[in-house]
Amino acid sequence: MTTVPISNIRNFSIVAHIDHGKSTLADRLIQTTGGLQAREMKEQVLDSMDIERERGITIKAQTVRLNYHAKDGRDYIFNLMDTPGHVDFAYEVSRSLAACEGSLLVVDASQGVEAQTLANVYHALDAGHEIVPVLNKVDLPAAEPEQVRQQIEDVIGIDASDAVMISAKTGLGIDLVLEAIVHRLPPPQGDHDAPLKALLVDSWYDVYLGVVVLVRVVDGVMKKGQRIRMMGTNAAYDLERVGFFTPKMTQVDELGPGEIGFITAGIKEVADTRVGDTITDDRKPITDMLPGFKPAVPVVFCGLFPVDADDFETLRAAMGKLRLNDASFSFEMETSAALGFGFRCGFLGLLHLEIIQERLSREFDLNLIATAPSVIYKMHLTDGTELEIHNPIDMPDVVKIAEIQEPWIEATILTPDEYLGSVLKLCQDRRGNQKELTYVGSRAMVKYDLPLNEVVFDFYDRLKSVSKGYASFDYHLTDYKPADLVKMQILVNAEPVDALSMLVHRTRAEGRGRAMVEKMKELIPPHMFVIPIQAAIGGKIIARETVRALRKDVTAKCYGGDITRKRKLLEKQKEGKKKMRQFGKVDIPQEAFIAALKVDS
Amino acid sequence: MTRNDGDPAFGVYIHWPFCLSKCPYCDFNSHVRHVAIDQERYLRAFVREIETTAARTPGREVTSIFLGGGTPSLMQPSTVGGILDAIGKHWSIAADVEVSMEANPTSVEATRFRGYRAAGVNRVSLGVQALDDLSLKALGRLHTAQEAMEAVAIARSIFDRYSFDLIYARPHQTPAMWQAELQLAIAQAAEHLSLYQLTIEADTPFFGLHAAGKLQTPDEATARALYDVTQEVCAAQGLPSYEISNHARPGAECRHNLLYWRGQEYAGIGPGAHGRLDINGIRHAVATEKRPEAWLMRVEACGHGVVVDDRLNSEERADEFLLMGLRLAEGIDPTRYQALSGRALDPLRIAMLREEGAIMVDPNGRLRVTQSGFPLLDAVVADLAA
Repeated sequence: MTTVPISNIRNFSIVAHIDHGKSTLADRLIQTTGGLQAREMKEQVLDSMDIERERGITIKAQTVRLNYHAKDGRDYIFNLMDTPGHVDFAYEVSRSLAACEGSLLVVDASQGVEAQTLANVYHALDAGHEIVPVLNKVDLPAAEPEQVRQQIEDVIGIDASDAVMISAKTGLGIDLVLEAIVHRLPPPQGDHDAPLKALLVDSWYDVYLGVVVLVRVVDGVMKKGQRIRMMGTNAAYDLERVGFFTPKMTQVDELGPGEIGFITAGIKEVADTRVGDTITDDRKPITDMLPGFKPAVPVVFCGLFPVDADDFETLRAAMGKLRLNDASFSFEMETSAALGFGFRCGFLGLLHLEIIQERLSREFDLNLIATAPSVIYKMHLTDGTELEIHNPIDMPDVVKIAEIQEPWIEATILTPDEYLGSVLKLCQDRRGNQKELTYVGSRAMVKYDLPLNEVVFDFYDRLKSVSKGYASFDYHLTDYKPADLVKMQILVNAEPVDALSMLVHRTRAEGRGRAMVEKMKELIPPHMFVIPIQAAIGGKIIARETVRALRKDVTAKCYGGDITRKRKLLEKQKEGKKKMRQFGKVDIPQEAFIAALKVDS
Repeated sequence: MTRNDGDPAFGVYIHWPFCLSKCPYCDFNSHVRHVAIDQERYLRAFVREIETTAARTPGREVTSIFLGGGTPSLMQPSTVGGILDAIGKHWSIAADVEVSMEANPTSVEATRFRGYRAAGVNRVSLGVQALDDLSLKALGRLHTAQEAMEAVAIARSIFDRYSFDLIYARPHQTPAMWQAELQLAIAQAAEHLSLYQLTIEADTPFFGLHAAGKLQTPDEATARALYDVTQEVCAAQGLPSYEISNHARPGAECRHNLLYWRGQEYAGIGPGAHGRLDINGIRHAVATEKRPEAWLMRVEACGHGVVVDDRLNSEERADEFLLMGLRLAEGIDPTRYQALSGRALDPLRIAMLREEGAIMVDPNGRLRVTQSGFPLLDAVVADLAA
């Protein structure tokens, strides 16, 4: 099958904002080149997980090989790389892009460039890609292709004069895209006879095949039976299967230079494969690794606890299963006085956290409580030692701390002009420093330095709400800076609830504390006694609310006929109580934990 | 007179589903018909259903009968007589059987009281509801306060035992107003009073009015004050509460209602009647068709109107026991709860509720809700059952 010369291979990815039509275009390309019969087409075939399909977010890189007979009469092989599309997976994105030579930049002709598009197109430019701009949805009445073309030139600084006009939905212009891939994107380079050098692009766990590894061959060949070595982990494996996706798995004898495909080699866990690693021949190893290899490092942490304590083992098993497929997610056991047994988990970012949480509840039917997301703080102690902590419980005594440092990010936000004021206020409220404010037509682009701990705490939700969903957001970590942070505790009925403790900037503590106790007050049902709810720093109370005591709660009339109805009511109450945490004498509903951790001040 | 909660008891509840008009607060199974009710036909159906039910529960000795509704005092005495005869024919009847009947306190119905007594009724419960005409009108009642008091006097002259109902926590009612009304009521009551707080039930005209803000009921604090007044006044007058809303001179409690709260066995006869039957050691929750005409046709076709017959599992059984039993001043025997549910009540929850002063444990081991716990009973029960 792979009879075409390397000069007839084109490896490319599609860069786009969510909803701008990346998946639809991919589907259309697959369909047009005959990769799948119409009846096999599922909407958006590349996003295979439910969550991915619902949210339009790709978590794992995926590829598909297309055979294209071009107008010049020659046969071409296209490898379409679908990359993870979110800032949390920036490293994974950069590795997927490193496997290609070019990108299609898809921009919605009515929406224009978004923050995420920018971030990804810069990643593509960093990877040395040739970029072909594609304007999608040009058939819609609201389309303004000329303005958007100008915007691409102004904001991104690339030539968009020969942007391809398409409608992925109707199929308009798909043929032009295919020809542009042939003529405007470069072929890969590589030496067939050199020793094997291949990039480990991504990997995932398959119940039947074990770990499936997505590779890009740079030099040499990969064939069945060959013994390979992963240079980063220094582990050797015998290749069991070699092939590519059409998108169905198709085995071949070998993959040559410039080709993208998969291998299986009896690898047990995804954790044994590192995205960005270099694969070589165990017998004829090379010495120089491909550049850019980095191990995945979690930056956001939170505790996850089962609502029902009996689910702890199920949760452990579920996390183990997810980690099989996602080595960037880490967890270790944690005990909380309020929430019982659970796990402290590390994630690449907030979206990653949300996805894992959602998959745990959806795929494993688990009801979870998540504690406040935290970042990694550096503590310089007075005795000269340095500590990294991400759990408020681990915070040393304040008198022993010389200095606390927190991580900062640079955020890029694009917003329609009318919401700019609210967006700026939000960033200022979150201790942000404005770095840049420019205009792109009627859209403003602001760059802010922000502390990450203000961003992990519902920043994205707030941004969405103050901009009615129109603002887009992207960020990257910059450095650590000293910070005046304090540990704030919430006390319910005079007892601290460890799950609600958090490290917060001193200037933000009172507002946050007040918002949290107000929320708790709303959600803790009245008991037979008065319940004080307080926020405190050390011994100092900074906010206080009171849940009033029940005065009257009794069914007046209850006779024979009523029993069934009353029993059903009682069963409902019992069910509700199961969803509460008994904390001292107080029953706290799980919604109160969740809501308290979500409030904004 | 009142038996202990451990003594065997078997009650029969008879539901007469018709009223002359619907009261706007009532969510009971009652129906207004503008054609004459064929009482003889209904009587035959009642007799039929009694026969069928007795066949499922043979050998019981009936300790109490309750004729409720609807408005059972719309029945002719002969209809009541026929029903009671059927009960006596298919079960045996205890010598000291209590036969209660609900009645509207109107002059028309009072003329039938003597006939009911001749038929075997030995206790009446009158739906007086309020002692001022404005409130009665607002509650949709068809009688005046004067007429009601006359009916009470007639009942007193005919029956050894009688009771009447009042509804409190009515719109704009203050604790002082209620206290005065209650004093007046106690002067007319002999041994028993049922005092219900007005509850806004779904699917009633009051529910719609209340939701639209056109019917103001007292807030939680006022409701509590009204409840407290009720307890104080009644206790001082020798009518302590033996259940949340029921007051009696010691020994004069309504035995039939006690049987519900004690979790004992009873059969439900008539449209929309509920029963709890113990068959082969398993408690069945039984309910009949609610619509009178549909019930009638079912009974005529197959001998009974049962549409629900659920076997209660141990948890359901125990929940009902707790839910009902804690309504009583006498409380429950925790060992009986344990026997029913297979687990003991949580000692930690008990300790916490005792600390709050909501419950107490008697020297003989009975668990009782305290005077300060009763106004919060639903929360106490939910805590204990969880």
